[in-house]
Amino acid sequence: MEITRPESVNYGPVESVVRPSVAIGREATPERTAPPDSHRGRGRMRAFKNTFARRSLFVAAILLILLLVSIGVVLVTEALPILRNHSLVDLLTSQDWRPTHNAFGLLPFIAGSFIVTFFAMLLGVVPAVLSGIYLAEYTSSRRRSMVKPVVDLLAGIPSVVYGLWGILFVVPLIREVIAPALGDTLGTRWSLFAITNPSGYSVLAGAIVLAIMVFPLIVAVTDEVLRNIPRQLRESTLAMGATRWETTWCVVRYAGLPGIAAAVVLAFSRAFGETLAIMMVIGNTPLIPNSIFDAAYPLPALIANAYSEMMSVPQYQSALMLAALVLLCVVLMFNVAARRVIVRLGARV
Amino acid sequence: MKHNQRRKLIDKIMRWVLRLSIGGATVILLLIVGIITWRGIPGLSWEMISKPPEGSFYLGGGGGVLNAILGSLLLATGATLLASLIAVPVVLYIHTYAGRSRLADWLRLTLDVMWGIPSIVYGAFGFSLMILVGLRASLLAGIVTVAFVALPILARTFDEVLILVPKELRESTLALGTTRFEMLGMLLKQTLPGLLTAVLLAFGRAIGDGAAPMFTAGYTDRLPGGLTQPVATLPLSIFFQLSAPFKEVQTRAYASALILTAIILLISFLAQYTSRRLGRNVIR
Repeated sequence: MEITRPESVNYGPVESVVRPSVAIGREATPERTAPPDSHRGRGRMRAFKNTFARRSLFVAAILLILLLVSIGVVLVTEALPILRNHSLVDLLTSQDWRPTHNAFGLLPFIAGSFIVTFFAMLLGVVPAVLSGIYLAEYTSSRRRSMVKPVVDLLAGIPSVVYGLWGILFVVPLIREVIAPALGDTLGTRWSLFAITNPSGYSVLAGAIVLAIMVFPLIVAVTDEVLRNIPRQLRESTLAMGATRWETTWCVVRYAGLPGIAAAVVLAFSRAFGETLAIMMVIGNTPLIPNSIFDAAYPLPALIANAYSEMMSVPQYQSALMLAALVLLCVVLMFNVAARRVIVRLGARV
Repeated sequence: MKHNQRRKLIDKIMRWVLRLSIGGATVILLLIVGIITWRGIPGLSWEMISKPPEGSFYLGGGGGVLNAILGSLLLATGATLLASLIAVPVVLYIHTYAGRSRLADWLRLTLDVMWGIPSIVYGAFGFSLMILVGLRASLLAGIVTVAFVALPILARTFDEVLILVPKELRESTLALGTTRFEMLGMLLKQTLPGLLTAVLLAFGRAIGDGAAPMFTAGYTDRLPGGLTQPVATLPLSIFFQLSAPFKEVQTRAYASALILTAIILLISFLAQYTSRRLGRNVIR
């Protein structure tokens, strides 16, 4: 907001204006003499209300920041007990997860999270970016109002419903169609496609569900970023005789690339923290997956699953808090960076 | 001439590729809604939405998921109210007093960070907080946890709406001699539809979120009894019914998912309708 607070404001009746130094500013300086009360009855009340509102809203704002700080503090203090007995590097690089034997290696979970998110991005990014380009560059406003609700509805479907759909559709599809087809042809040559797990609950199932879940986010941000690119850029290119696609590819691409990259990173961080849907379809086995048909066990699923059983085992809760902390750090790193880029480009998320 | 034909061909092909990708998304949306509806309809009955589960519910016995429907609605309502109690003042502060100050930047960053935190982390945090305070798993603890999830969504959406208020309106209001506090009245009147949309959006997210209230709201087969009693939520109810090994119970899980989807679609339609309806009185 460009409006700056004036040095002195006259809240009272008009006559008081003639007094040269009437001021009810933030802090009245000693030189200013206060006007007679009779002139200021209502004005003083208004000024008081204003000050009161400013102070109390300020307190609310500070409270919000303290809230965030307290989240960090609580998670760190809860994770501390396990760090006393085990070194952080050990915990993050050990593959041994046997809580009853006091072994809390988090690597399988961290690896599982990264792998499934990576494959989700691999599947989801290209169609999502293309859809975003279509929405921003190719649609008339009427067509747009027909297509945009598809994206909005996809964004609104809750996580558990995606998970259920994954169980009902994606998992059988992988078990019956994709796994036999890919496994028999590519699986014999590359272990990435080897069928090791006939159930269908696999990294691929998780990746497909996640890809669909982050699709609306990428589309919305891409669309927003591209629509913020000045219209003149396109018009001048089109006026030179370029086709729509040449305009998009040669001009809009360069202006929009940082924003699209940020959208992808944002989607990555969203997918990384996704819980319910993914734990329903991924099989939850604490081993580092070798093939896309292997089961995996991402960090959020670990936290969600282990909570019911942790009370009896010492240090279990602390280990889970550490897992939550790791999750938080990874997600925030990506998220904040991406958001800053998007905001700088003037788009809104 | 050949060159030009190739250019046009590429343009045409790309147009179809783009159409295909958005068409694929439409097909997937239809597939999701279609499969959930198709599998859910057989399990849907009046008993499902009007009765809490009976003793043998998870073995295929009678009853419904009214406990979870009511629990989810209460939880989401409470969480949205609590979140708006903090989010609305903070956003109004940004737009009246903070302006372009350093503090406003920090507040927006805080909200962005909070938006980025996965709801399972809020769940873990809420659980520790609950133990710290000495609370049991209850509606109250669940409301507090889910409020964390709803807060940044509500705040940032409301923030976007306030940004759209024309600068001239603020200037002319202040030029009339109002205090900043009195300008709030104008801002609120201008953004009421937007605020409502933000609240409904946050509500929709809160009701669909299963991970945050997982450890804090508890789970019960009884109807919600009060702030200190545990409540069931729809996402968790679906989850538990799915893990039962009986066909009838799983069918009811599909039906519950259908109910949840219907509630959320209803809310999103409501949000669009109200924002259009109330938007008539807004000066643009």
